[in-house]
Amino acid sequence: MTLLAQRPVRATAPATPRRRKRPILPYLLIAPTLLATAYLLLYPLIRNVIISLQEFGLPQLVRGDAEFVGLANYARVLSDPEFWAVVRRTLWFTAINVVLIMVLSTLVALLLVRLNKWLRLLVMGGLVLTWATPIIAATTVFQWLFQSRLGVVNWALVTLGFEEYRDYTWFADGEATFGILVTLIVWQSIPFAALSLYAAMITVPQELYEAARIDGAGAWRVFSTITFPVLRAMFGLITCLEVIWVVKAFVQIWVISQGGPGQATTTLPVYAFQVAQSLQRYDLGAAVSMLMVVLLVLALLAYFRELYRQERES
Amino acid sequence: MSRFARTTAALLVFVISVFPVYWMVLTAFKPTKDIQSATPTFFPAAVTFDHFGTAIAAKGFFSFWRNSLLVAGGAVLLSLVIALLAAFAIARLRWKGRRAFVLMVFVAQMTPWEALLIPVYVIARDTGMLDTLWMLTLVYFMMTLPFTIVTLRGFLAAIPVDLEEAAQVDGCSRGQAFRRVVFPLLAPGLLATSLFGFITAWNEFAFANVLIIKDQDDRTLPVWLSSFNNTFGTDWGATMAASTLFMLPVLLIFVVLQGRVTTGIVGGAVKG
Repeated sequence: MTLLAQRPVRATAPATPRRRKRPILPYLLIAPTLLATAYLLLYPLIRNVIISLQEFGLPQLVRGDAEFVGLANYARVLSDPEFWAVVRRTLWFTAINVVLIMVLSTLVALLLVRLNKWLRLLVMGGLVLTWATPIIAATTVFQWLFQSRLGVVNWALVTLGFEEYRDYTWFADGEATFGILVTLIVWQSIPFAALSLYAAMITVPQELYEAARIDGAGAWRVFSTITFPVLRAMFGLITCLEVIWVVKAFVQIWVISQGGPGQATTTLPVYAFQVAQSLQRYDLGAAVSMLMVVLLVLALLAYFRELYRQERES
Repeated sequence: MSRFARTTAALLVFVISVFPVYWMVLTAFKPTKDIQSATPTFFPAAVTFDHFGTAIAAKGFFSFWRNSLLVAGGAVLLSLVIALLAAFAIARLRWKGRRAFVLMVFVAQMTPWEALLIPVYVIARDTGMLDTLWMLTLVYFMMTLPFTIVTLRGFLAAIPVDLEEAAQVDGCSRGQAFRRVVFPLLAPGLLATSLFGFITAWNEFAFANVLIIKDQDDRTLPVWLSSFNNTFGTDWGATMAASTLFMLPVLLIFVVLQGRVTTGIVGGAVKG
């Protein structure tokens, strides 16, 4: 699937004079897609921008007479220290998750390359199972694993000699909840990243490795001088995707902690939703989510640049 | 890395990947006294189906299943039909604006839906679509449409144009050529794509949580499951049984698509 470097398209039909005219068929074929995208994607996006420029609370929602207030909502959000705390937390959350995902996935991919066929199939099967686990099923299971009284994690920690974890309530503590959410997201994200990296690694020509081995290079040297440089674009691509996915991770956080306890796990999407839904300030929520979109667009531009680079290389 | 270290690391990765799901299924089958014992058992000693009974007997269980199936199935069918038209236009026809259209599809695929919760809620409310499964179906349709177009286009591009041309030389019309020659070859691709779209819609939580509020019977499975405390309290056996049942269709789909999952979709997902 090429994005920018299109394969030359052959003339698909015998060239009759009738077909020389501008054909209408393709436009008819894409019309439903265009209509759907306009109404279900573009319109909500524009509506979000409009709401963020209005005073839009519960009364306006009911009466439908919202008035424009210019950039007042943005000014209010941007001057709110709480918003900046959320931004800092989101960046911190994203950084921890993405670094862990990329490092662990790389290690798993390197391991997969070195395994014999049966072990490799076993590990890949395990990864695919993790991948197939629905987010909601995973959040429910994680709540059970980290249960205070009967949870298996507390049992294991106590058995290992950490007495302080007897009946420890993970979800009452901000940092502990934060840690569980990181564990959950990393666990869910590794399969995609590891399998993609593995698929890329087996395309690296073997001769390169043999040459390095003859030169007596160690494992780290081989990785840093051959594997990583050759697959640079792929690493960039997956990192961008993971950044996007982690920044907008909403369901895991909302279901497990609703951003709490306190504000300990409130990241941008959770914050936008809280402001809109709990405080019924749809205008401020819309402004926060637009600011999140800006952040994501930056990551997206990086992603498309990597994609473009990779298309050119392949 | 020695052989021993490699094997140990592989088993460790496997156990970490599998354990949460294993623990879910194990708990679902464990008798309550084993679940509540101070020392957990890691292998099934006794098996019970009581928890599944509790889950199925929970109020509204079947209507949540029906809702989830309706919404996910409707969204996938709709997006399959509309995506097939668009994919044909991209893969087989030449027209002005095609590149721009492809670019639009790629951008649409990266839509941060989490940022559109508020406007979609407001729009649904304004148009009287709040608390209807239709609205949810439309949202899921739009969520899966770009991915469906991209993958179908990939499958279509893999079918040689020569086949269609040969059929046309033999006297088929363009429509007949597509129906009789291309469509049978495309069927596996259609199946794979629609199943993946189905999983996306089946698992979706955020919009289902916002758009269905008043009538609790209209909820879908993920929303119901997320509030398991209300339904099952601290009955972890029943909760895990409900999770297991919810995951079952997804797991079946992955098994059906086993070969494609690791190769095709990885490529599709990365480049899509």
